[in-house]
Amino acid sequence: MLNLLYLLAAVSFIFALKMLASPKTAVVGNLTGALGMLVAIVATLYAGGVVDFPTVLAGLALGSLFGALLAALTPMTAMPEMVGLLNGFGGAASALVASAELVRVHHTPEESLGLVAIIAIALSLLIGWLTFTGSMVAFLRLREWLLGGRPTLFFGQHWLNLAIFIAAVLTGVLLVQKPEVGPPFYILTALAAVLGVGLTIPIGGADMPVVICLLNSYSGMAACTTGFVLNNNGLIISGSLVGASGIILTNIMCKAMNRSFTNVLFGGFGATVQEVGAAGPGGPKTVRRGDAEEAAMILESARSVVFAPGYGMAVAQAQHAVKELADELTKRGIDVKYAIHPVAGRMPGHMNVLLAEAQVPYDQLWEMEKINSLFPETDVVVVIGANDVVNPAARTDSSSPIYGMPILDVDRARTVMVIKRSLNPGFAGIDNPLYYLPNTMMLFGDAKKMVLELAEALRQL
Amino acid sequence: MEALVMMLTVFVLAVFVGFEVISKVPPLLHTPLMSGSNAISGVTVLGAIIATGAAVTTGMRWLGFVAVVLAMTNVVGGFAVTHRMLGMFRRKK
Repeated sequence: MLNLLYLLAAVSFIFALKMLASPKTAVVGNLTGALGMLVAIVATLYAGGVVDFPTVLAGLALGSLFGALLAALTPMTAMPEMVGLLNGFGGAASALVASAELVRVHHTPEESLGLVAIIAIALSLLIGWLTFTGSMVAFLRLREWLLGGRPTLFFGQHWLNLAIFIAAVLTGVLLVQKPEVGPPFYILTALAAVLGVGLTIPIGGADMPVVICLLNSYSGMAACTTGFVLNNNGLIISGSLVGASGIILTNIMCKAMNRSFTNVLFGGFGATVQEVGAAGPGGPKTVRRGDAEEAAMILESARSVVFAPGYGMAVAQAQHAVKELADELTKRGIDVKYAIHPVAGRMPGHMNVLLAEAQVPYDQLWEMEKINSLFPETDVVVVIGANDVVNPAARTDSSSPIYGMPILDVDRARTVMVIKRSLNPGFAGIDNPLYYLPNTMMLFGDAKKMVLELAEALRQL
Repeated sequence: MEALVMMLTVFVLAVFVGFEVISKVPPLLHTPLMSGSNAISGVTVLGAIIATGAAVTTGMRWLGFVAVVLAMTNVVGGFAVTHRMLGMFRRKK
């Protein structure tokens, strides 16, 4: 009976994911998934052999409270951190369940575990704890409480990771041979935790979308291995669904950066800072510097304007200001679109969520493949806090580290306005020839302030 | 052995279903997809409930309790924040 209800829950998760594919059905899909989870939890309480109800119910209540508060209070700009944090919680929970199961076997040796369950415990500890510490590093880094955005790669990092991984596997073998709460258990836990940190630290801020996807996948796999520990099909199905979903997203992100999976994982991309600046190889390059009034005049005479937002928009929380400017333009009969690069921001779909929060209708949000053919007919592109995803060097300069990466071809528009704090290169530390093009106007300043100034200047005209 | 094959079968089929279902999600909805699937990965709460409910020692009970709290935070936080996000996606009126 219990397994039948788990099957029902698993089916509801599949429907939930399926319905998340369209904005029209997504809300119902998400509720379907939540309902399935509720059914599974109630069924487990009822038929899962629970004896100690007070502890379980207290845990459920406390978790629900934390979850509800997090969901209600986290601003939309902090979504990557929130997802990262929750991934970590899921991973830790899986590892803790495996630990608890090991404690049970340790104290009731007469109920010996099957080999499968013991191997699954070892795997669950490894994946669960590395998901947890990896997610915490990602979380701290996204909050910029740790290390800033640049990748941190010290000499031999990858070899050290490999050594830790091998040690973890060997310890896991020891644990499988003698499943008890002893040194191998503690050592495996510690090694997994260290490995999570070692794997995440070399990956820089600009590669965060990949890390978040990957950790999402890991948290699913951890749940899946817990299913093998408890011989629970509900966990296996749901865990592998999430594992697969994370892998697919990881893959999409890698493609959008034209980099292989291994390159992102082991590359330490951008760890070496290039010497860049206005004085490049061809002598000092000149930029055309504009101000709000001048830019507003150009905007007013345009027929079509495309906004290309990046992480800088999220940092400056400029999405509402952008919407305000867009409204001013729309009032004047100017066509407004938004060009969304798949890896703009710190997680997949980051820009879409922020613009949705500012009540930008989603039919104005254009994917890269679709909008690229429209740039030659676009009068003005306004780049807000985006850098690498609009860098034409990806198309033209085969020596550039981002050569071959698909970009938004904003340089093909008649006029490009770039709102940026300074000429400093982005997270990847790569100079951007876009800034020196004759049809580019640089608007230096904070994204939010500058966009508001533009809207104001437009009103004054 | 029988049980292992059965579990592996379920696992492999579920992975295929996952690939099939997710590849159709447009970039527009990638963030809600992540937070939604994140909530689903909190399904490990079921294991946590079973482990805590059948605890034989205080240590096991504490491990289970922390697992229930973390997994439930993941579940409720994940579904709730996805709901909040999806509520913001709207078409041009």
